[in-house]
Amino acid sequence: MQTVFSVGIDALAYGMVLFVISIGLSVTMGLMRVVNLAHGAFAMIGGYIASYAAQTLGFGYALAVLVAVVGTILIAIPVERFLYRRIYGAPELTQVLMTIGITFCVIGIANYVFGPTLKTIPLPETLRGPVDLGFRTIAAHKLFAIACGVVVAAALWYLIEKTSFGVKLRASVDNAAMAASLGVRTKIVYAVSFAVAVGLAAFGGIVGAELLPIEPYYALRYMVTFLVVVSVGGAGSIPGALLACLLLGAIDTTGRYLLPEYGEFFFYLAVIAIVCVFPRGLLGRSK
Amino acid sequence: MRKSILTALAVLALSGTAFADVIKVGVVGPFSGPFAIQGKNFKAGIDAWMALNGNKVGDDEIEIVYRDVPQADPAQAKALAQELVVKEGVQYLAGFYFTPDAMAVTPLLEQANVPLVVMNAATSAIVTKSPLVVRTSFTTWQTSAPMAKVAKERGVKKVITVVSDYGPGVDSENAFKTTFTAEGGEVVDSIRMPLSTNDFSPIMQRVKDSGADAVFAFLPSGPTTLGFVKAYNDNGLAQAGIKFLAPGDLTQEADLPALGQAAEGLLTTFHYAVSHDSAENKKFVEAAHKAIGNPAELSFPAVGAYDGMHVIYKMIEATGGEQDAQKAVDAVKGMAWESPRGPVSIDPESRHITQNIYLREVAKAEDGTYYNKEIATFEKQGDPGLAAAK
Repeated sequence: MQTVFSVGIDALAYGMVLFVISIGLSVTMGLMRVVNLAHGAFAMIGGYIASYAAQTLGFGYALAVLVAVVGTILIAIPVERFLYRRIYGAPELTQVLMTIGITFCVIGIANYVFGPTLKTIPLPETLRGPVDLGFRTIAAHKLFAIACGVVVAAALWYLIEKTSFGVKLRASVDNAAMAASLGVRTKIVYAVSFAVAVGLAAFGGIVGAELLPIEPYYALRYMVTFLVVVSVGGAGSIPGALLACLLLGAIDTTGRYLLPEYGEFFFYLAVIAIVCVFPRGLLGRSK
Repeated sequence: MRKSILTALAVLALSGTAFADVIKVGVVGPFSGPFAIQGKNFKAGIDAWMALNGNKVGDDEIEIVYRDVPQADPAQAKALAQELVVKEGVQYLAGFYFTPDAMAVTPLLEQANVPLVVMNAATSAIVTKSPLVVRTSFTTWQTSAPMAKVAKERGVKKVITVVSDYGPGVDSENAFKTTFTAEGGEVVDSIRMPLSTNDFSPIMQRVKDSGADAVFAFLPSGPTTLGFVKAYNDNGLAQAGIKFLAPGDLTQEADLPALGQAAEGLLTTFHYAVSHDSAENKKFVEAAHKAIGNPAELSFPAVGAYDGMHVIYKMIEATGGEQDAQKAVDAVKGMAWESPRGPVSIDPESRHITQNIYLREVAKAEDGTYYNKEIATFEKQGDPGLAAAK
């Protein structure tokens, strides 16, 4: 019984880390209809900046996170203006080629600037080391990741479903011309949503860095995982992505405990089954 | 192909080597991509050797020709080796980080009349594939088996092995299991996990549930070792008194700054630590640091490359610069010298390197950095994996 709880907690923590990292991609793919394969690259940039700020400049953890998120958004703004703006509404193949190209550029630059070694983001004392839950110990940063996941999910859901910005965003996505003629400045709406998505990527990269360590090939290594989460959850759906992460986290963690030699067999089996039954993902919007 | 190789050989033979000549050494390794740091170490080791010993043997000038195979890719490795032999006219092939790449090249050697000096690839069987292969690195058996003796000495009775599910991982598991069982210990469970695993908590739960006194682990150097070592600490295994045993791949110097405190106190067995205390090593580290640029990136493949160059220089000396692979290999059989890692020799039988294996503990230096501190020595270890492979 203790083992069941224990594996359950691991599954929850892993699922939440996946959620924080992938949710930004769900926003770009579902709401902005851009297949952004460079999502992992932005997460990696966030991780690198945080690592640099905390280790070399000696900033505290909270400040490093803030600097990294803002820094990544600042880097992303010109990228959005000059590259992404050309591919909004373009065929998916064009988007894939453009964003994978950006990914390779970022990998090359990261390798050149920071070198091929692993980078860590030193955690503050309170998040370091194990916490005793009574029946087991768990890393404090995992509890932190779970909390971050909950906060991000709630805040995003509120932003998209309940605020006037959310209304404008959904309107621009569904019919850009009509939204514009009603006075919505769609370009700004797009730019802001892109910034939010990139900021979330950076934040996820930092919070998840303990599980998915920052190194130049980060951007490619975990790309499939991010895409799977979005396609299973249904692009653009916050509750869907949350559900997908928890489900996939549970399947992956349990499989890894019981039958590690089968590798990711169960993970992908579940993905295939879900996508067969729900072609738009668990809670995807119909187009 | 055969014809073109023969033509190349004929041209080489006709050109003669009685006069001062340029002798080319072809080095194949991962110089870009996710394993670029290991290729960088090859290059640092080679550069260090040439900085300390000059680029001439007798009257002949040595030239290194690098070829890049970013990830294990036997077909590409073979194609590049052929290109090196035929087009570049190299007299020696060297390098090779991955076993499959080295294996793919062994069938070419005899016909091309070229010896292969393996500077890293660590599966025992490579040397049996051709009599022209010499290895100056280590094998996973060689570095894993002594850990079983350490475990026994330290009173560990039950061990669970956890390895990445690929060739070297399975080698490591077998090496430990065989030796530990022979020593009278018990391996209660063996877990093989996929290479892509990134959350190790469930694995640590398995370790805990198995009731073992110690976990023996093998993962390839690089990103995953960080998650594994952290999971070991975070899941309370260290507090539960479950010992952590592994070959040195897990705590290679280039990963230590990232592992940091999490790795402190871990026990590993390996053939080389950058911290090894000897005059020979000081000289090597100084030259290699200069060659690699960032000292924190220096790690074990550099010493394999350095000694590989030593062997190649000896071969060139013995053949007087003539291309004669068999004579070159025969010349280094039984060759013994003082390497930066300690006293080593080439076993005449297997053509693999006989060397000391050290038990090391990750310790904190005065300047706050972490290093592998050698605390015990297993002298003159051959490769136990060859006996097992037969």
